[in-house]
Amino acid sequence: MKPVFFSISLYLSLAIFVLGILWRVRGWLTRPTGGEDSTAGARGRAVCRGLSRALFSARIVELGKTLWWDVLLLRRSWRQGRLRWAMHMCIFYGFMGLLLMHALGSLIMEPLFEDYQPTVNPYLFLRDLFGLMVLVGVGIAVYRRRRGLLKDLGAGRDWFAVVLLAVIMVSGFALQAAKIVSPGRYQEMVDEYAGLEDEQEEAALKAYWARNYGVVFPGRKDPFSQEMLEQGAELNEDNCAECHSRPQAAFVSYPLSRLFAPATAWLESIDLRGLLWQLHFLACFLGLAYLPFSKFLHVLVTPLTLLINGVAGRSELDPAAAGLRRAIDLDGCTHCGACSEHCSVAAVFRRLRNRAILPSEKLWTSRAFMDLGSLSDRELLELREGSYICTSCNRCSEICPSGLDLQHIWFAVKDELARRGYASTYEWARFVSIGGKDAPRDGRGGKVSWLAPRPRPLPGGTLEITAPEQRGQAALEQGRYQYCFQCQTCTNVCPVVACLDDAQDELGLLPHQIMHCLGLGLMDQAQAAAMTWDCATCYQCQEHCPQKVPVADLLFALRNRAFAGLDDRQAQG
Amino acid sequence: MEFAFFPGCKIPYYQPQYGQAVQAVLGELGVGLAEMEFGCCGYPIRHQDKVAYLFTAARNLALAEQRGLELLTPCQCCFGSLRKAAHLLEEDQAARREVDALLADEGLSYRGETRVWHLLQVLGEKVGTEAVKAKVVRPFKDLKLAVHYGCHALRPSEIVQFDDPLAPSIFERLVELTGAKCVPWHRRLQCCGNPLWGKNDALALKLTAAKLNDAAAAGADYLCVACTYCQIQFDTVQSKVMGEMPGVARVPSVLYPQLLGLAMGLEPSRLGLSRNALGGGDLLEFQAAAQGA
Repeated sequence: MKPVFFSISLYLSLAIFVLGILWRVRGWLTRPTGGEDSTAGARGRAVCRGLSRALFSARIVELGKTLWWDVLLLRRSWRQGRLRWAMHMCIFYGFMGLLLMHALGSLIMEPLFEDYQPTVNPYLFLRDLFGLMVLVGVGIAVYRRRRGLLKDLGAGRDWFAVVLLAVIMVSGFALQAAKIVSPGRYQEMVDEYAGLEDEQEEAALKAYWARNYGVVFPGRKDPFSQEMLEQGAELNEDNCAECHSRPQAAFVSYPLSRLFAPATAWLESIDLRGLLWQLHFLACFLGLAYLPFSKFLHVLVTPLTLLINGVAGRSELDPAAAGLRRAIDLDGCTHCGACSEHCSVAAVFRRLRNRAILPSEKLWTSRAFMDLGSLSDRELLELREGSYICTSCNRCSEICPSGLDLQHIWFAVKDELARRGYASTYEWARFVSIGGKDAPRDGRGGKVSWLAPRPRPLPGGTLEITAPEQRGQAALEQGRYQYCFQCQTCTNVCPVVACLDDAQDELGLLPHQIMHCLGLGLMDQAQAAAMTWDCATCYQCQEHCPQKVPVADLLFALRNRAFAGLDDRQAQG
Repeated sequence: MEFAFFPGCKIPYYQPQYGQAVQAVLGELGVGLAEMEFGCCGYPIRHQDKVAYLFTAARNLALAEQRGLELLTPCQCCFGSLRKAAHLLEEDQAARREVDALLADEGLSYRGETRVWHLLQVLGEKVGTEAVKAKVVRPFKDLKLAVHYGCHALRPSEIVQFDDPLAPSIFERLVELTGAKCVPWHRRLQCCGNPLWGKNDALALKLTAAKLNDAAAAGADYLCVACTYCQIQFDTVQSKVMGEMPGVARVPSVLYPQLLGLAMGLEPSRLGLSRNALGGGDLLEFQAAAQGA
């Protein structure tokens, strides 16, 4: 019945799926995750230890609770908003319903339910219900992606997945509708299941199905004679009804079939049924093959991370287990954007437009950084700046509906950046300003193209960005340093100056000398003083200045000037 | 009396005991704290970009304003950062225009009508020392504390309006309500070192060590602080890093609401005392003596 083409594409996609999953698992065991890294063997042993601890102790109760609340009821999504939760529930249960009842019907349903037939109720009805649930969920997903931060981020990475899901559902409904109206399909069923004796019986059953089952027989039209319909009803009862409910129960496909009805003859001539069937199964198989490489992967990884969370407190993880966790977590993001919506420094992103400030975006760059070992200069700069703008508040980890331990990934990325010699943005700005022989390494092979990033505004952004040369200098331009008469009070009260043995040597310029430089217009020299970068921002200088020179504010402005200067060099580079 | 509670970035995860103690103590004193989702106060990004700083801060102020509440923060760095930002937003009209545009993008607006309070101000000025004292049922005896003021609450004084910048007294007055004694020490108004932590660690530790040695020389049993970052420096950093440093005295640090909470007879567990890295358990011994007396 099923053509070779079906089998070939099924086994091909299944093979891709299996290989893809194996590739993922290999990544979890071997992918570098920064920090104290671990071998595949150690991670494998950590899995066994974790499993045995979880299954043979009281923790199995925790496992059950997590399974119920987090995996099956999606508690973490619920906390992030009802719409998000409704979307996920619709897709989750709709899809699972279709998978178990429809796609795997012959494997799962037939052994379990003796009377299972896809064409009888409640299965006929349920299939449309599940399909509609998925479509509603997909609709909410599309709506959400056109609003708020997700729109701003252009959640482009998962559009293909969303569209594929929609194609599977719509082609399924259309296929069902095309079958309902099809006289060809009717004839196949009659040939296979019905024992009709003569032409009159055939005509009677056709009349009955045309009236009650929505089949369209070109050339035969209602009204049929009452006698014919009664005979048809009897034949239907004897031959069909046990295995085929009336299609009106398919409450989406049936109305759709009424749209197809007028064109039935033409649709039959182009074999729409066959085309839709191919489209439907090919889309499904494409989804299967695509799963390990896409957002769909979360259907496997998210339950896994949630269950790991459920049984293992994070603090007690040994390095191998922690490395394994990070390796899995790097694959677990669904790019739902919840972390970025709540990120403590999301406001900084809105100003600086560096996507790697936002956790949902930073994760993708982090994964590439860990997997590839290197990034383009620009990506590296963005990752570093984002990593150091993060205030480590842990809110992203608390919020993540998939239960990813994001903050530990951020720590590992910073460790890894440091291990490879990439200093923090602050240290780098300091080095660029001051110079010195111990340059923090930055960029591949010593290539100097590593300055702090300031990506251009996103296309369609409504923000006006101040030109770099104006930024950070308002306070300097107000010229309040000109009130300084060099009394040295600022230097005398500075705790940094006080705690150094040879402050002049170590700080380059003392606070009052920096004010003097500013008075002389020597901005670069002032910026190049270690004092500018070792300021504790305690405001003693400013508080005590008899001339009300905003000394500490001026040092902030000088640092702003240095960061803005990095941008200029970046722009030229 | 109700405030919007601004915990800052470090309390929820790193210093939950501070948030817990503030909630417990203010709860007993009838001060309501509304939980709202705020972002960073803006201090960390201030080194890099002024407008990013002002926008980050203004967003919080606008959110509180929208809710019709004034802000209360127990963190002196957040306090100083937000107060300074509110001032700059009035003073620097060019920056204000940029911030307003960024706020409008999120459907927010800032009118400059909310006020930022530090915990100590609320206790000393809004609740009042008399009302606080009335709640003290288990005063300390013979407990000597080095009170650490915290730079960003105190200065620049004309903007933060916290207390007299040269001779402040609000913290001592509040500490003495608990029966503890404040020792005079030279460095009580100086930096804890934390702002340089992660930027120049050696220098940060020098500043911290100088403070610890000074407090020890003055005979303090404990430091007393009212700032998240000062506590990170005196508690977390001291316990993790400074233990091996030669010539540095070891002085544990207690958060003010923990001290007050104990004096109010609250259970140590409600004050998160066991989460202090250097412990705080022996504070109870100073109380036990008081009960016996």
